[in-house]
Order: sequence, then structure tokens, then C-alpha cells
Amino acid sequence: MGRLFAVEIVYRGIFQKKLAANISRAIVLAAHKEGKPGISFGRYGDSPERNGIPAKYFAIVATDETTLEEGKAKYEPKEVDISICVDDTLFKGVESWAWYGLQPINKLLKPGGTLIVTSLKEADQLIPLAHRKETPYKLAVLKGTPSFSGLWVYKDDHTDVRVLGAMSRVLPELFGLGSVQETIREEWKNELKATSALRAFERVTTVTVTPDQGNPQEPYKFEMPKWTEMREGIAIPAIPLGGQMKDPVTGEEGGWRPGRNPTFKKWATRTMRPVVDFDKCIKCTLCWLQCPDSVFDVTPDGLYDANLEACCGCGVCEAVCPVQACVTMVNEAQFTDNASQWEAWRTDKPAYETHLAEWIKERPERSHGFRFRGQYQQELPNEFARQG
Amino acid sequence: MAEVIAHTTEQKPATDKTSLITGSEAIAVACKLADVDVITGYPIRPYDTVMQYIAKLVSNGEMDCEYIIAEGEHSQFEIVKHASACGARVFCGSSGVGWMYAMEALTVTPALRIPMVAMVGNRALDDPGAFGVEHNDALAVRDLGWQLVWVDNAQEALDTALIAYKVAEDRRVFLPCAISCDGAFLTHSQAIVKIPSEEKVNQFLPRYDRGDLLLHPDNPITVAPQANEDWLMEIRRQTAAAMERSPGVIREAYGQFAKIFGRDYGNPFFEEYMTDDADVVIVGMGTLSNPVRVAIREMRKEGKKVGFVRVRWFRPFAAEELAKSLSRFKAVGIIDRDFSLGSPHSSGVLATEVRAALYPVANRPPLLAFICGLGGREVTLPDVKNMTDKVYAAAAGKPQPLTQWIGLRE
Repeated sequence: MGRLFAVEIVYRGIFQKKLAANISRAIVLAAHKEGKPGISFGRYGDSPERNGIPAKYFAIVATDETTLEEGKAKYEPKEVDISICVDDTLFKGVESWAWYGLQPINKLLKPGGTLIVTSLKEADQLIPLAHRKETPYKLAVLKGTPSFSGLWVYKDDHTDVRVLGAMSRVLPELFGLGSVQETIREEWKNELKATSALRAFERVTTVTVTPDQGNPQEPYKFEMPKWTEMREGIAIPAIPLGGQMKDPVTGEEGGWRPGRNPTFKKWATRTMRPVVDFDKCIKCTLCWLQCPDSVFDVTPDGLYDANLEACCGCGVCEAVCPVQACVTMVNEAQFTDNASQWEAWRTDKPAYETHLAEWIKERPERSHGFRFRGQYQQELPNEFARQG
Repeated sequence: MAEVIAHTTEQKPATDKTSLITGSEAIAVACKLADVDVITGYPIRPYDTVMQYIAKLVSNGEMDCEYIIAEGEHSQFEIVKHASACGARVFCGSSGVGWMYAMEALTVTPALRIPMVAMVGNRALDDPGAFGVEHNDALAVRDLGWQLVWVDNAQEALDTALIAYKVAEDRRVFLPCAISCDGAFLTHSQAIVKIPSEEKVNQFLPRYDRGDLLLHPDNPITVAPQANEDWLMEIRRQTAAAMERSPGVIREAYGQFAKIFGRDYGNPFFEEYMTDDADVVIVGMGTLSNPVRVAIREMRKEGKKVGFVRVRWFRPFAAEELAKSLSRFKAVGIIDRDFSLGSPHSSGVLATEVRAALYPVANRPPLLAFICGLGGREVTLPDVKNMTDKVYAAAAGKPQPLTQWIGLRE
């Protein structure tokens, strides 16, 4: 029998849909140059037309057509040789569109497989964010900000070809650099992009991640009931109503925390999170009113605490807040938990103020979308400088 | 006709009354007797006669229900679906392309286990626009979890509507049920019908109890969330299991009906006529039973031992029982008042189903399919005799086409 290769590209809906499709298609085309047949598909159950939602693309390649059939007619492969993660905030886990809960970024990696990520962080900063895996795997960091664009635009910052170049180094059996460059010249007609692939090939290095490294939390698990065990009529228990909040200092109860689905958290959709300077809040209610996901819990003292288990990081709260620097969207990758900001503020205000200042330092240019015409052209030179 | 209804409901007599009403009126009277809570209507012939009679009952103060005129059949069926989820006993109905326009609502109703009772006034599907009876409208939902029953007279329409509520609302089933009434011959034809007393109906028909599936603030549930491939098979299997339990519940309901109302329909699933000594039989559904029975009596005078099997319940389909019965005969002719274009041997839906039911039987009789009476064309005595001759020829082993159109100008 021949050999079957599987590659997944984990990306963010809308912002990276085109990027993921480009990488996946190019993998199949480059392998085809070496006589290996392949297929490329997005995960069907995903909803990649939603802002930021984690989603997957797959490229399946085989040494021959017969072996390729083993990888066909599936929603996703059981295991992959390479996982490509095009946004480092996805290291915390991948929660697809309302199913399977939060799953580890490295879940599908074969023992010894390679996880390629685009990030400005170092490997040792990223490893603790990902769940632990029973078998060792390799991690390759491609330096660069995550490439985000919008629904109708594609940010051509060479992330796609750099990933392909790195792949030809870490898994040369799939395709060599020559095939990648040949594909790039045909598909993009851009010699500069072929050079970017070469640079990535030359510079990529990997570190091995061992089973004792990473986030020790148990990934979300559940049992599938038998048909005789399920309630009939496609009926499931409703989410119970919420309740009052409790002040961690005074014990006072009040406000309102709405009931939320304990299984479907949605926070993995987030690349930025709102941080609130409660001392600046004028209790205007606008964030609470306008949040499309009813994320704001009303505290006993009448403030609004963004519940980070539920927040998708859309940034509407920042946009509608009338007070300067009251709600600020900051980079999600710097956080390792979803703890309540209000409780932290109530418990230790000076410490909270220090944290807040640190968080806001990592305030990115809005990590997705463009604010004005021409911003893309402005940003590109900086991006190339960052990539070296 | 208003007078007729007024006559039937002057008082609340303890004993049965008789009145001269159409098949559609009989269904409307059954709705009143069953004390249906929510009814929606949207006009299309021939079903619209039911909604007219119900409107009269409501406006005369004889019936207390929410009576909603929808803006189209899709909404019509969606409204009662939701009302039923909230614990209301509901009634709805349509005909022909109206029924087809409701198709999305019809599709989702069984999986949600909504015990809706509907009347289909069978009508040819457009185009061309035509009023006459064909069974393709009701048959379009045959694979979806709807229980489907055909009746051939007004009394049976009334009785079957009451039985339909009892079966559909049984917790073991909780599936919708459509009662098919042939356009014109049943919907628009008056006959003497015995109207049972409300006491008897109350004795027969318990209150609709939706139990833990009730959509109500005191029972917080989410109904029909999005689900992926991990759940669909299990959900379909549940619906299939409900349909598999339906025959037992139907049998129980007919038994109780006979005890309380004194009318015994025998085998609920199909009715046999002069089959005891028959050489060959005709099989069909709905009002074509009338010319078939007349023709059989005439042919018997000529010494031809012909019988008739009228299929009542098409879903659930009594496959084993019907196959066992039909295997007694030398040949079988099936009349379809419908068509299934491109199906095996280009026949109709009933013929294809009967053929499938007969397959496991060792001594399968030869089977001929007839397409007849489409678009409300009358099934005539010469038609029936012509078909019977062909069935006899099949019994004698004479080769002929497996499907033949009867009553066609050619």
C-alpha cells in the first residue's frame, strides 16, 4: 500500500478563510507536481462565514489514487501529519460551531507530527497555552503577526507561501521546495513569493514538545447517548435562568448574571478581549445593551463585567462605550484564563490597575478588518520587516 | 347546509343523531366532537369545504377554538405545529399543490413528534389546474413519518378522524396523521351520517397530554436545536420506532371504538370484500371502492369469482398481513389513482408498495398495475371489468405489460 498524508489548517472564520483555502489548495497542487493525487476541503460542520470562529481546512494527499480513497468521504481525518495554525490565539483550543466543545489544537497530530504556527511569540511562550498531548510532537514557529483580512479582501503578506516553504522542510516526503516554488510561480505569478517560500524553508526550526509540557486541563469530553436514551421529539433541557452575583469583598448579593450554555462557550472565537477600567465606568448600560452575545453581567454595585466564558471578542462594547479608555480591546494571546475582571478589581484595585496597564500595552491594531482605505498598503512594509 | 349543521347540534343528545352531511362536514363535526383547540385554514378546493363548515360552527357559537386564517399553507401548518407543541389539540388540512406548498412544515412535523391531525382533500397536482382527485398530494409525505389513512365514505371520515386523534396523541406514537378524502366523490357528496354523542367521544378520546415534551415556561426545553451528523441517525431511529409502534396502537383504537360506538371496522388496515372464495382480487384506495364493488357483484353473476381489497392505512403499511392475504389469490390487480413516473415498471405508488410487500412471500401471485381515474376521471364499471379480465389473463399466465393505463383515450 502507498502512503496517505493529511494536513489540517486551523484558521479563523471570515478573517482567514481565503488564507486557509489558498494553503490547502497549494498543498494539493504542489504534491500533484510530484505525481501524488490529493483533495482539499473545508470541514463541513464549520461555519467559516462567522467572524473569528475556529474552523478547519484539510489537504489529503496520497502516493497513489487507491490509497487516496482512504482519505475521502470523511468530514475530517482521524490524524494528521502536519497541523497548521494560522493564529496563535487558537493554541488555547478549537471550538467549532456549537459542537464537541473546546478541543486541543494538537488533537489530531500524529505522534511526532509537526504543528506549524504563525506568531510573534517564542515557542516557550506558546507551549503552555496548548493542551498537553500524550505523545511528543514538534512545534515550528513562523515569525509574523497572524494574517487577518476581511470577507472581501485577502491580505497578501506571504503567510501562505511561507507556510508552504516550511512544510517542504519538515515533511519533504509530501513535496519538496522545488514543487512548492513551481506551484507558487504558476498560481501567483510572483517571484517574490517564491523567494519568501525559500526563506521560510531555510529558516524554519522545530522544537519537540514533550507530554509533560502544556496546559494540564482535561479537554472537554462527553458520551454519545444511544437512541433509546435520548429524549424524543428533538427536545433538550433549556438553559436555566441566571441569578444574582455576589460581591467577593462585602458578600453583598445583587445584579444579574444570565444563565448561559455550560457546554457551548464560544470564547474560542476571540482574538481580542475587552478589558474594563471600572473606575471610569459611568454605568451608561450601552455595552450591556449592545453586546450581541449578552456577555455583560450586572454586578451588585451596578457595573458591567464582561463574562469571558461567553465573549466572542467582537469589540462592539469598545465601539459603543462613550468614555475614553473605559473598555479596551486587547490581545487575547496574553491571557491564560477567563476569570472575572470585576472580582479581581473588587479584591485588589492597585493590582488590577497594574494588570490593566500591562494588558493595554498589548493593544493591537484592530486584529481583524481595516479601519480606513489604504491601511493595508500602509501595514505591509511593517509586516515584511517583522518577518525579516 | 348551515341548517343541517344547526340540526345536528341543536342540543347535546346522549344518543347518536343522524344527519345528511358531506365527507368534509363529517370531518368538521369530528373536530367539534374532539373539542379541537387550534385550527388553521387557507382555502383550496376541495379541502376548503372543511374550513367553511368549521367557520360556521365557530361563528354559530357551537364550537370553541382558536380559528386562524393563515396567509398560506406553509404558515397554516407551522401555526398548528407550534400550537400542538404547546399542548393544544390541533386540526389542519389542505389539498393538491396547497399541501405541497406546506411541504417544509409537513417535513418537520413528524420528527418533532407533533400529533397533528390533518385532512387532505385529494386533488390532482398542478399543472394543469384541476380539481379532481389524485392521490399524489398525500402520498408525497409517505416517507416522512406521517400516518396516512384513506376513507371511502362520510361516516368513515368522521369515525377515522376521532380514531386519528386517539392514535396520533398516544404517547407511544406522537406522530401526525393525515386523513385522505377523495375530492368531489367524498368531500362534496352528502350522505346520512351517525353523529355520536359528546359523552361517547369523551369516553373514547382522552385529553392530549404532551408530558415532558410540552413547550411551556414550567417545563423549560429547547425544541429542534441544530444538530450535526452525530445525532441525526438516532433521531430518525426514534421516529421510526414510533411508526413501528403505531400499528398496535391503531388496532387498540379500533377495538375501543367498536366497543364504545358500536361500529366495528374489522381489520383496521385493509377491508376485504367478497374475497373468501375469490380467484383474483382488485386492490385500491378511496372512493373507487364504489364502482369496483358494483362491478364485482355484476361479474359474480357471470360466474367470475372476483374480490376487492381496499387499503385504508397506507402508513403504517400492513405489509406482512396484506402480503399474506394477497398470496391466497391466483392474480392481483392494483388500481393506482396516482402515478410514480419512472418507478419500477412505470406504475403507481400503491402497486410498487404492494409488490415490495409481496417479495418475501414464497407463492407470490402475478401482479398487474393499473393507472386509472387520474384527475378525478370516473372509474367506470367497464373499466373495472376490463381490468379484471386482464387480471384473469395474468392468472392464466398470458404475458402482458405489467402496468396499463385504463380509461385513457387511445
